Amino acid sequence: MNILIKNGHIIDPSQKIDGLGDVLIEDGKIVKIVRQSDRATVNKEKDNSLKNYRTAALPHCRTIDATGLYVLPGLVDMHTHLREPGFEYKETIKTGTMAAVRGGITSVCCMPNTNPVNDNAVVTGFIVKKALEEGVCSVYPIGAITKGQKGGELAEFGMMIGAGCIAFSDDGWPVINSLIMRRALEYSKTFNVPIISHCEDISLAEGGSMNEGRLSAQMGLKGIPSASEDVMVARDVILAEHTGGRLHIAHVSTEGSVRVIRQAKERGVNVTAETCPHYFAITEDAVRDYNTNAKVNPPLRIQRDVEAIKEGLRDGTIDVITTDHAPHHRDEKLQEFDNAPSGISGFETALSLSLQLVRDGTLTMPQLVEKMTINPSKILGLNTGTLKAGSDADVVIVDINKDFKVESERFLSKGKNTPFEGWNLKGMPVITICKGKIFD
Amino acid sequence: MKDLVGIKELSKDDIELILNTASSFRDVLKRDIKKVPALRGKTVVNLFFEPSTRTKTSFELAEKRLSTDVLNFSVPTSSVVKGESLFDTVKTIEAYGVDFIVIRHSSSGVPHFIAKNVDASVINAGDGINEHPTQALLDAFSIVEKKGSLSGLKIAIVGDILHSRVAKSNIYLFSKFGANVRLIGPPTLIPDMSDYNVEVFYDMDKGLKDVDVIMMLRIQMERQGKGFFPSTLEYFKNWGLDMKRLKFAKKDAIVMHPGPMNRGIEISSDVADSGQSIILEQVTNGLAVRMAVMYLLAGVRE
Repeated sequence: MNILIKNGHIIDPSQKIDGLGDVLIEDGKIVKIVRQSDRATVNKEKDNSLKNYRTAALPHCRTIDATGLYVLPGLVDMHTHLREPGFEYKETIKTGTMAAVRGGITSVCCMPNTNPVNDNAVVTGFIVKKALEEGVCSVYPIGAITKGQKGGELAEFGMMIGAGCIAFSDDGWPVINSLIMRRALEYSKTFNVPIISHCEDISLAEGGSMNEGRLSAQMGLKGIPSASEDVMVARDVILAEHTGGRLHIAHVSTEGSVRVIRQAKERGVNVTAETCPHYFAITEDAVRDYNTNAKVNPPLRIQRDVEAIKEGLRDGTIDVITTDHAPHHRDEKLQEFDNAPSGISGFETALSLSLQLVRDGTLTMPQLVEKMTINPSKILGLNTGTLKAGSDADVVIVDINKDFKVESERFLSKGKNTPFEGWNLKGMPVITICKGKIFD
Repeated sequence: MKDLVGIKELSKDDIELILNTASSFRDVLKRDIKKVPALRGKTVVNLFFEPSTRTKTSFELAEKRLSTDVLNFSVPTSSVVKGESLFDTVKTIEAYGVDFIVIRHSSSGVPHFIAKNVDASVINAGDGINEHPTQALLDAFSIVEKKGSLSGLKIAIVGDILHSRVAKSNIYLFSKFGANVRLIGPPTLIPDMSDYNVEVFYDMDKGLKDVDVIMMLRIQMERQGKGFFPSTLEYFKNWGLDMKRLKFAKKDAIVMHPGPMNRGIEISSDVADSGQSIILEQVTNGLAVRMAVMYLLAGVRE
């Protein structure tokens, strides 16, 4: 099927496009972007198929009128948990990708903390196959750095890459042993893939269930100090510099991490970083009254950290916005705060929350789109996150003025665990197109 | 309000009402026949997920003095060991038709979680390292009895404040009434309470200077070897209360301890048994305060 998206405001940072125009899709691929300013020229061209492209004369062409809407490359989410295999009661590849697509996300990278852990080519192969059969958007598995994510022996990077892995991470756990982390950063150079680090000094964080500070003292909860993240970021940056490996820092939540990463980038260390909407949209206040839906790791921090993260996004220290979509079953969150698992179901609120960064002047619209499309795509070496001719037709059409109320019961994700329940958000995807297939 | 989950959630007026009501019950407890029919027909379940002798005994006796029907539910006999979730346990108990749930749990916030999910009145008998509101109320009652009021008093809380729910509840209560609270202990055991009117002292002699009240906290032996302090011997040397140190406080200062005491570790025997100690009176007042809390919550329910 062919699709013509007309009159939208196209933003594609990969081609520095920011203006009105049309997008033409044929057989699941982007064929052409025609900017309004160029239209006159196009119509004068001799090529008939292009001459008449706007008259819907093309066979089986569906026309989408995007007047007043933004047309962006489909979002690339480089940090998610799809839970399959092993935790299908929390989420499956099917439900997870459906939720992602509703959130405007067309490429999903899933972390290896499944059961069994994605630490070998067989599990990778299972995920890839399942995603082809049941997934509604592209799924790119991230393999474990160490076997069983236990921090001991390196997993078979090469074999897993052969089966479809695009990066490595022990996410959920840090690689505690500095030597193993060094080896991972060194060995991964063979394949030019990033090592994604979950930075947490377990000895400092042990037993903690929220940010350490005045509020944790007043709630009687053991805190996780910012220092537990900062010291690991510092260690990993030093190891990246030492080895020349590619380091990507997952879910940055603290002012200290931003500072360390900024300094490292200034020195030319091969490091990139991501944060998530909950680290710039809310603070630890969300856990008041022991709200387990706001329990997440790293924990929600304080306003000072939020400001630092926004500054890091603004000045480019933080390259990427991910969801860290971490669905859990309702029963798991309905228990003692200490015992409840960490995680936020993020697919269906991420874009709306991130658009706030444009509204409050932190980022321009192209900067925001860059951090949710081409930046993660480049870090992972994917061919997505762009509207370049010949790319997969992954597109999201966004109405930045449309209001909606967050109602977790209506999430397509099995995970209803959101701290944004009942929030009125502004701006949402209205149509997502995955490889030419329209979801509206 | 249907529950007592913490001092944080109470207003000054609420606390005054509880203390005044406790005063009446204190008189009842001096009579020959100490039982009143105030809550006849009401059912209370004591839900203790953590071992407790003192608090549980005090609650149970207070409940019996008020003529309630008492159910005891403690961990070893419960289905918790069979893997039932807390939520299911509590809903099951609610289905019996209880009016009050008195709960102690090692996780902070459990009383709040339960209060949100049941109609019964929930009374926090200690949650994790968060609060122990009835202990703070009985401490306040005991201080007011001796000193007339809390306002303007210099009150030192000494020891493991970080892990003490008693200390936390007391800090919130004393702050509401304009007392000057001093926290004394090693830096490893003092949490960030800077939102409240507290002064922190690592040097106990300085911290005790001219105080009206000294509240000693129990040092839990398991903190040793975890890096909070090197040994109980060194702890007592720096933050133990003996007769020599007691002299830094005002002459008429009172000494309190929520129990159970470690004699020779945080408090010397001569201090514990001295005329300045009101430790046993605290125990008696605990009964009156817990009766008052239940009596008032029953009123709210009607």
